[in-house]
Amino acid sequence: MKSVYHFFKSFLFWELLKGLSVTGKYLFSPKITVQYPEEKTPMSPRFRGLHAQRRYANGEERCIACKLCEAVCPALAITIESEQREDGSRRTKRYDIDLFKCIYCGFCEEACPVDAIVETHIFEYHFEERGKQVMTKQMLLEVGDKYEAEIAANKQADAPYR
Amino acid sequence: MSITDFLFFAFAGLTIAAALGVVLSKNPVHAVLFLILTFFASSAIWLMLEAEFLAITLVLVYVGAVMVLFLFVVMMLDINIAKMREGFVNYLPIGALFAVAIVAAMIWVVGPVGPEVMNTDALNQAVTHGPDYSNTRALGEILYTEYVLAFEIAAVILLVAIIAAIALTLRRRPDTKYQTPGKQIKVKRDDRLKIIKMDAEVSDD
Amino acid sequence: MNEMIDNLLTTGLELWNWFPADWQTFLLILGKIILILAPLMICVAYITYAERKIIGYMQVRIGPNRVGPRGWLQPIADAMKLMFKEVIIPSQSDKFLFLLAPVLSIMPALAAWAVIPFDRGIVLTDVNAGLLYILALTSLGVYGVVIAGWASNSKYAILSSLRVGAQIVAYEIAMGFALVGVIMASGSLNMGDIVEGQAGGISSWYVWPLLPLFFVYFISGVAETNRAPFDVAEGESEIVAGFHVEYSGMAFAVFFLAEYANIILISSLTALLFLGGWLSPFEGFVEAGNWLAEPSLLWFFAKACFFAFCFLWFRATFPRYRYDQIMRLGWKVFIPVTIVWLFVEGLMVYAQIGPWSA
Repeated sequence: MKSVYHFFKSFLFWELLKGLSVTGKYLFSPKITVQYPEEKTPMSPRFRGLHAQRRYANGEERCIACKLCEAVCPALAITIESEQREDGSRRTKRYDIDLFKCIYCGFCEEACPVDAIVETHIFEYHFEERGKQVMTKQMLLEVGDKYEAEIAANKQADAPYR
Repeated sequence: MSITDFLFFAFAGLTIAAALGVVLSKNPVHAVLFLILTFFASSAIWLMLEAEFLAITLVLVYVGAVMVLFLFVVMMLDINIAKMREGFVNYLPIGALFAVAIVAAMIWVVGPVGPEVMNTDALNQAVTHGPDYSNTRALGEILYTEYVLAFEIAAVILLVAIIAAIALTLRRRPDTKYQTPGKQIKVKRDDRLKIIKMDAEVSDD
Repeated sequence: MNEMIDNLLTTGLELWNWFPADWQTFLLILGKIILILAPLMICVAYITYAERKIIGYMQVRIGPNRVGPRGWLQPIADAMKLMFKEVIIPSQSDKFLFLLAPVLSIMPALAAWAVIPFDRGIVLTDVNAGLLYILALTSLGVYGVVIAGWASNSKYAILSSLRVGAQIVAYEIAMGFALVGVIMASGSLNMGDIVEGQAGGISSWYVWPLLPLFFVYFISGVAETNRAPFDVAEGESEIVAGFHVEYSGMAFAVFFLAEYANIILISSLTALLFLGGWLSPFEGFVEAGNWLAEPSLLWFFAKACFFAFCFLWFRATFPRYRYDQIMRLGWKVFIPVTIVWLFVEGLMVYAQIGPWSA
């Protein structure tokens, strides 16, 4: 009896028709595609994108060359050389991030005692030549200066949860 | 020279060239492909003789099925051309003998000498039919009336050959781990799994 | 203005009469071939677009929509890209056969259209043995794939061509038997006669008395074109891309042209042989003279489009068959089913029921 049931079930394509009806239904369902350059999905304030170095409100750079980020970086993407500035404070002479090595884990940001190095919400960037992927201190500071308002707003939004 | 003449000579030439290719090409796969071309060209000639059923069946059966299997087997050969050419000179005399014998036999049967098998008068009076004439129907009518016994016997012989081929190659291996998909699909939980209720075992100590 | 057109027409006619009679026939046939093949090629291009769109929709995506309005120019962009790509010939390959294989694969797919009637009398050559001709040509399509696999001198490619060889021979037989059923029903090998034999509305189509053969034919058609779920020849999870793994540029594109041309061919054939081609399904149900009851080209296109859609629908739905299951389905299910139904059909002919009552 069971084998007769199976015989008719397979010869009447029952399971195939069930499968076809599923895809047939989805043919008419609303589509979930996000039209990327025009539409974007919402982004968390914790998003970890391109790196930036921040300044204090008075224009002084925050980084004190403590090298905690260099130490914590799992991909060894950060290279720091420090020097003593004329006013006696310790500052970085060189602060490079190799974006090809970087895995965007955000540990540098966590490790920083003065909130100098941050990962911004910028993810649409590219390099046209090999070697351009190394972000120098100058470039990092420029990114930070340009997007300071948005970086600060994101940090503010995330602060209650930290 | 009319178009039909031109086509006939073109296809006849192609047939001969391709047949030579079958014999002369060193690579067996090329030989098989030349054989296919030969079938094709001769099918075109049959088509010009108004034997459209036979022509299409030649393509369908020989080119479409038999030669695919030929190619299938030949493709898997590990070809060593140097080794294959080794015995060429040794086999040449006996091969040439057969070739000469076949050509002589053909000349004797078809040509001007020998018995009058191919009646040239009848050949010259070949009947041409209009476009509505169905070659297939004519063949079918003859096959199923006049030659029905021969036809059926041929079919039975082929059936016997099929069964014999299957019986020769079929071997059941008890150690194989082949699984029947139908059985796999039909398996239900209850066939494999038994849930039993039992009291918790309490250790003595 | 009128004078100018008249002059143009007379010079055109003079030019036409200047050709010998043989040439005129030749040119006329050539013109008809172009008239069939040019729309066919456009259909082939746009069925690739339809495939990406429909499968996208079934996967809750929207598919290509960037090139041109709603992505309508996508196939043209694809064709341009493929045309400008280099055709790379592997150094250890059989170069002549490597380049011949794509041609061998598209040739039968296009040549079969010679006997396909689109409407009553609209056919390139109305031959008596039309169905046999189609069967012979579709059986040739396998050579392109097999030779491509062998000539590439690649392990994946040759595995694929072995798979295709065995698969197509298996399904060819089931397909041929299914067509024997159609021939028994219509009593003719002529495509036009087969369609005209189904006159009288949806109830007199051959699909009803030949229902099992219809399913066997269409499923074998899917297998014959190497489409999902029978696309073990490509089997990208096991053998990368199978027979066309070494092909690039236009040589690669020609294989795809052939595949899609075959899809359209099988869809049209199924519509012609089982669903009454250009005949209307409402014939005899609405009064004569109503456009719904009239046989027309549009019915044929609608039916063929439905089957072409089914090809894409299957691809979006079913997972790929395992190779031994494909062979089992072909040899142990389809061939017995067709033979049993041919026997049943013989009994029906003898008892004069169904379309054989007349």
